Amino acid sequence: MLYKETGQYKSTYKSDHAIFPLIQDKIAFSTLMFIAFLIVPFVINSYWEKAILVPFLIFSLAAIGLNILTGYCGQVSLGTGGFMAVGAFSTYKIMTYFPDLNIMIIILISGLITAAVGILFGLPSLRIKGFYLAVATLASQFFLVWLFNKVPWFYNYSDTGQITVSERLMFGIPVTGATAPPYATYLFCLILVVLLGFAAKNLIRSKMGRSWMAIRDMDIAAEIIGVPPLKTKLSAFAISSFYIGVAGALYFAVFLGAIEVTESFDIMTISFPVLFMIIIGGLGSMLGSFLGAAFIVTLPIGLKFVMVDLVGLSAVTAKHFEITIWGLLMIIFLIVEPHGLARLWSIAKEKLRRWPFPY
Amino acid sequence: MSLEDLKNIPYGKTAIELKNIFLAFGGVKALTDVSFEVKKGEVFAIIGPNGAGKSSMLNVINGFYKPTSGTINFAGTDRGEMEPEFAAKSGIARTFQNIALFKGMSTLDNLMTGRLLKQKQNFLMQALYFGPAEKEEEEHREKVERVIDFLDLQSIRRTPVGSLPYGLQKRVELGRALAMEPEILLLDEPMAGMNVEEKQDMSRFVLTVNNELKTTIVLIEHDMGVVMDISDRIVVLDYGKKIGSGLPNEIRSNKAVIDAYLGVADNE
Repeated sequence: MLYKETGQYKSTYKSDHAIFPLIQDKIAFSTLMFIAFLIVPFVINSYWEKAILVPFLIFSLAAIGLNILTGYCGQVSLGTGGFMAVGAFSTYKIMTYFPDLNIMIIILISGLITAAVGILFGLPSLRIKGFYLAVATLASQFFLVWLFNKVPWFYNYSDTGQITVSERLMFGIPVTGATAPPYATYLFCLILVVLLGFAAKNLIRSKMGRSWMAIRDMDIAAEIIGVPPLKTKLSAFAISSFYIGVAGALYFAVFLGAIEVTESFDIMTISFPVLFMIIIGGLGSMLGSFLGAAFIVTLPIGLKFVMVDLVGLSAVTAKHFEITIWGLLMIIFLIVEPHGLARLWSIAKEKLRRWPFPY
Repeated sequence: MSLEDLKNIPYGKTAIELKNIFLAFGGVKALTDVSFEVKKGEVFAIIGPNGAGKSSMLNVINGFYKPTSGTINFAGTDRGEMEPEFAAKSGIARTFQNIALFKGMSTLDNLMTGRLLKQKQNFLMQALYFGPAEKEEEEHREKVERVIDFLDLQSIRRTPVGSLPYGLQKRVELGRALAMEPEILLLDEPMAGMNVEEKQDMSRFVLTVNNELKTTIVLIEHDMGVVMDISDRIVVLDYGKKIGSGLPNEIRSNKAVIDAYLGVADNE
């Protein structure tokens, strides 16, 4: 009764194929956008920015990227950290060579560079599938991190091997560097996430998305109906890497400000968490990418709050427990709902539809 | 040899001619010296006992297997090696013996994949989903809705095909092939595992497609009643060799065919 779709008739294919076909979804989404754009920027403080909102937005973008490749096109990838590093280092190098270029353009170009690298590392996908492809992408992860560590040109021959962002303005307000106000970094990430999120959803609901899903579900049949396997897989690698590259660029330029590649883009800090995000959020679901990112970003904060502030453990002990509990929750989650949070949400919608009746 | 070539052939003339096709996988001879022709607009059946090479024959026609030797004359032109994508572009669609649907996608999306080759907008337009891209999407949706109406799939439009019963999945697979608007439709055991009503429905769909859309149909089927009823001409394979061809009545009384199906008596 609460989530009623009866009476909402679609008279055109356009309205039937809309991103939010139901009026309830439209209202919910508009409310969310209203809060995100017009309320949050006025109340945001540095803690919310650095600990929750900006990492959530950046990891949502990375999760969308990986979901395109793994969830929609069925190509497992463990190279997310490496590709994010490509985005970060491209941003750094472009910033050094073109000091006057707008930061938005720099980040988008970094995405394109990452897309090119993604195509290169996607080439083996024509011949290998599943676990074997995962191992091949794992190689890309280690190779890229090694490359950025070993070739001093990438970090401008600095002694520490660190790269540090310089201040860049957007409409006269700094969005990168230490002086950037929380609302500016937040809005900058939010705008990119909303625009790229819609672009991803549009791709998924048109020809490209259907080609990806066809390759994922039955590659032989896809070939017979005229989907070229190599081109389709490479397009998924390219677009996925573009998103991951933009996420990496934001992670470096807007979020951290200074990074050291082996630490910041390690397989344990990026590749696996992002893979967990899409598995827990829901493979092949846009909503799942966001829910998964929110879950993984807020879980450590929630656990820390419970253990340190409520139970009174010392911060070090809590840190150890945190990793254990994190792993345990992951396992429980996969057993209880292997299809992720997005499926839980659709079950909840089903219940709301019938409420207050049990069936 | 393109879609236009195939369209321009008059009805009743040869659309595909297979000459002396050999196909071997290492030492296994799947097809040995098989020749036949498919005329435009007919329902052509390939029958034979299990392992006779029927599915291999279809795979040769749509380019999935490359014959070891022999020529395939397609719309008047000999064609060399080709990719399945090319067969799809020149108007050949097929269904599979073991259903090969995209299980994670809805019926509607599965049918829409049949239109992929005809969608021309580039990915930037699709990402913006603006103007021409949106219009194209709607045009193809309309074509697909016609197939949905024809095959009575309205009620399962949004259902993921993985959760549909077997008979319906077979029907969706036919729908996906029809959404491609093919000139030649290859059906690999479209009625396998169906009950009598489902077989009747499927026969009706196949005949309607043949009569109204004038689609040439090449069909593999084990149910002899169905084959004799709906096909115009039949070719019989056994152990990769052609043992008979002709009208249903001729096949029914063909000695070699009866021997292949029932076995040969030892004491003559």
